[in-house]
Amino acid sequence: MSDVSGTHGVVVGINGNMVTVEITAGKTVQNEVAFVQVGQERLKAEVIRIQGDIANMQVFEDTKGIMVGMNVDFTGELLSATLAPGLLGMIYDGLQNPLRLLENRQDFFLMRGQYVPSIDPEKKWEFHPEVSVGDTVKAGAWLGWVPEMHIKHRILAPLGILGSTTVESVVPGGAYSVHDTLVVLKNKRGDTVKVSMLQTWPVKKAIKAYRERLYPNELMITGCRIIDSMFPVGRGGTACIPGPFGAGKTVLQQLLSRYAAADIIIVVACGERAGEVVETIYEFPELKDPRTGGSLMDRTIIICNTSSMPVAAREASIYTGITIAEYYREMGLDVLVLADSTSRWAQALREMSGRLEEIPGEEAFPAYLESRVANLYERAGLVRLHSGKTGAVTMIGTVSPAGGNFEEPVTQATLKVVGAFHGLSRKRSDERKYPAIDPLDSWSLYTEHLKDDLNAQLDPHWVEMLQYIASALRRSAEIGRMMTVVGEEGISIDDLSLYLKGDMFDAAYLQQNAFNDVDASTPIERQVRDLKLMHKALTTAFHFDDKPGARKFFASLQDAFYQKNYCPMGSSEYLDYERKIEEMIASGDQS
Amino acid sequence: MIKTYTGITNIIGDIAEVYAKGISFGELAIITNPNGESTLAQVIRIDRDKVSLQVFAGTKGLSTRATVRFLNHPMQVKFTEQLLGRIFTGSGEPMDGKPPIENAQAIDIAGPSVNPVRRIIPRNFIETRIPMIDIFNPLVESQKLPIFSEAGEPFNELLARIGLQAKADIIILGGIGLKFDEYIFFRETFEQGGVMDRTVMFVHTAADPVVERLLVPDLALAVAEQFGIQGKRVLVLLTDMTAFADALKEISVAMEQVPSNLGFPGSLYSDLASRYEKAVDFQGAGSITTLAVTTMPGGDVTHPVPDNTGYITEGQYYLKNSMINPFGSLSRLKQLVIGKVTRKDHNAVMNAMIRLYARAIESQKKISMGFEKTPTDERYLRYGELFEKRFMDLRVDVPLNEALDNGWKTMAECFEPQEVGIQKNILDEFWPA
Ligand SMILES: Nc1ncnc2c1ncn2[C@@H]1O[C@H](COP(=O)(O)OP(=O)(O)O)[C@@H](O)[C@H]1O
Ligand SMILES: [Mg+2]
Repeated sequence: MSDVSGTHGVVVGINGNMVTVEITAGKTVQNEVAFVQVGQERLKAEVIRIQGDIANMQVFEDTKGIMVGMNVDFTGELLSATLAPGLLGMIYDGLQNPLRLLENRQDFFLMRGQYVPSIDPEKKWEFHPEVSVGDTVKAGAWLGWVPEMHIKHRILAPLGILGSTTVESVVPGGAYSVHDTLVVLKNKRGDTVKVSMLQTWPVKKAIKAYRERLYPNELMITGCRIIDSMFPVGRGGTACIPGPFGAGKTVLQQLLSRYAAADIIIVVACGERAGEVVETIYEFPELKDPRTGGSLMDRTIIICNTSSMPVAAREASIYTGITIAEYYREMGLDVLVLADSTSRWAQALREMSGRLEEIPGEEAFPAYLESRVANLYERAGLVRLHSGKTGAVTMIGTVSPAGGNFEEPVTQATLKVVGAFHGLSRKRSDERKYPAIDPLDSWSLYTEHLKDDLNAQLDPHWVEMLQYIASALRRSAEIGRMMTVVGEEGISIDDLSLYLKGDMFDAAYLQQNAFNDVDASTPIERQVRDLKLMHKALTTAFHFDDKPGARKFFASLQDAFYQKNYCPMGSSEYLDYERKIEEMIASGDQS
Repeated sequence: MIKTYTGITNIIGDIAEVYAKGISFGELAIITNPNGESTLAQVIRIDRDKVSLQVFAGTKGLSTRATVRFLNHPMQVKFTEQLLGRIFTGSGEPMDGKPPIENAQAIDIAGPSVNPVRRIIPRNFIETRIPMIDIFNPLVESQKLPIFSEAGEPFNELLARIGLQAKADIIILGGIGLKFDEYIFFRETFEQGGVMDRTVMFVHTAADPVVERLLVPDLALAVAEQFGIQGKRVLVLLTDMTAFADALKEISVAMEQVPSNLGFPGSLYSDLASRYEKAVDFQGAGSITTLAVTTMPGGDVTHPVPDNTGYITEGQYYLKNSMINPFGSLSRLKQLVIGKVTRKDHNAVMNAMIRLYARAIESQKKISMGFEKTPTDERYLRYGELFEKRFMDLRVDVPLNEALDNGWKTMAECFEPQEVGIQKNILDEFWPA
């Protein structure tokens, strides 16, 4: 990597991971990348503030050993992601260095100053052209494709070109490496652009080479019952999962990364534990993706900047992830971005803002926190491409609120912009009620917005059933609260029965065992079938002679529903439990 | 080249500022007062030729005429097998009357992170014979796990007990703000337990300067890392990490950083994480398991120190009323060993017993509010009592399988099988006849 810009500077100050540089030659731009020369090491840094000829830079590496007077070389480029076939299955750090290729003395540690190409420059890909000489194309147009794992990886007209261009030449189909020129385009002014499989894009800028944004019109099916049935996420929508530590944010994200029905999953491990990524790294290559027959790793990209890695690169990691997602969306694919945790990203902003001595807002977060959060989630969305096809980026981020208190700035800023809120409750996780999504506090805007689509796609009465169940749950909780005041003796048998119904729905539908092969993920057809039976039980008016009788009946009914969850749909045990439940409902039905 | 400057310009809190050239960020210096006393200091900010130093012994009595000798390298520790059996202060000086370590390789402390792809998935169960740990929140080799404790709880006793039971190759104790009798307690316990010859201690006592605390975890972990690379299974015990965080706070106040929460710096999470993340199972080498004490000021788990810690560590043991509380406690690595290296009924017993105990607490509350006791309540109350006696009491000292058998026995004494919410095939096999 040579510095092409000719801009140079020298270090005049060091404060943690922020270095102050005096520009001695040339000009710089905001978010430009530069390298600080420390002996033999070159440390990557990004300009984050310019005041006259003084630039403040955040260094993406440990700053130990930097001295006043050291040279800084500017690259003339913004911090960018590398986009090309070969991203799938990769494990990158926050700056898109492939972690498997970073070598060092003992092979154990991430030594600073190592930068490795994100994409293998040698590997050949079988190119299938899709345009001919004379065709008119815009930014993002499909010029051809190469097979990458299970997908057709489209070779896109450069995302940055303006207006229409004409295809001047196209190579014949065949094997090429990512830097080979495949297509030459010419714009109206007569300038030519050589196009290869590889392009770069500044990570902090959204890719917008599409015709229009659309409102989600179907669900992103996750296999998690409480999400898909009660608080669904639209395809191309957004959701957040706030929760105190240990409430189950990461396990939930891991479940989504395994079972969600997307073409591509981008996991951004942002400032959390390295060990959690390790599980994914080792397990995914072994797990089969039922949708493609390949391994789960083949549809996954991991961007990993864990908590002990440099903080500035943590800020970059989420942007790198979402940029790659937008790139695949341009190919008409369905991409799910899982960011764990967006609070660590916000904290990285806070640390840097503190070093810049900006005026702090609440809890010392910068005043622009809210707009940054909004910008990030705004990059998700369902879009119609110029070709008329659609592509989607769905984004689900966890939030780690200080003290588990949702009133804090990051949670609040996030709640303003997302389409669904899956709030995890400490009480539920303490009681081992997983996933600990609070069914009374959580919400989703998508059920109401997609009402007609859902009724058409799932069941004519789907939304109506859900509304009934939601109110039954609330009623059950009210009775539960009442019982803590007046005791079981203070409520009627009918109220007790309503209370127990809510409890049953919670235990045997909302809760799901992540570590059981059958229960871990429930396909949507099964959710519809199971929920209808549950709805029948909940709407039946049972009559009991006494309260112990009611408790006994519901204990057995609940157990039957619960045991059914562990049986594969359609298996003989499953059908037995269904029959048993139908009988119990019929026997108790007094209406 | 070693540079020496005379004269300190500013002293703010435990930060000293000098004018100097050619100094690198993170470099170590020795500051010597005119009366001959000297202390270590570390460069924590450079603004042109103004260099800010964090003074480990504190700035009390520091003269503006002191000399500052820059050492041209960051803080280091000498690594050798001869560290075993030795006790050092928080700045790495011998405190056992024996000579300093010579002729050994100097290692930078606070080194880089382990590459995640060079870690392996932890898989070794560490049996502690404490049912609240073994059944409900098993400890796994390479785990990082704090003991969240209110004041006055026997946290150091628990730490030492697990430490001895863990059967590690090497034990490294990092004492941070330890009271003198706590230090003696650890030394004697390890001597009596016969592990002192494979133990290294770094002890900062409550009488030592506050800033010196900052070095202890890094010294302990740098040594642990070297042993780990050599293939040793290392156990690091840190107590008390809240005292460490308090020192971070003092420095950040002196640096005039905007505090994020109760005066703690916004970087508290990253500062704690860079220490805890040293826990690792190396691919093809040894491991580091870290147990730490985090006392909760005012018993408040939402205080920034336990709160940030909980977000970093792989669970926590919550010590309250001399018992490990099942609700606040968590082992995030438990699913890696439960039912895989432990018995196949382990998961079912763990989940069912906790759920039932949660119900028992509800019944207890209800009764204490004067409500009628239903027959159902009676059974839960009985279960609650048995649970506390057979599982929560810290005096109970049994192997895991015996504890699991006690679990089945206790459930069967109080409930019918369809009331416990356990999968049928497990019930069929394990429910006592
Ligand atoms: N769905 C679940 N099923 C079973 N156990 C769970 C589930 N979710 C969380 N847990 C338990 O809780 C622990 C903490 O969950 P985790 O997702 O790591 O929490 P967070 O990311 O919110 O801090 C896990 O290690 C696991 O033991
Ligand atoms: Mg997590």
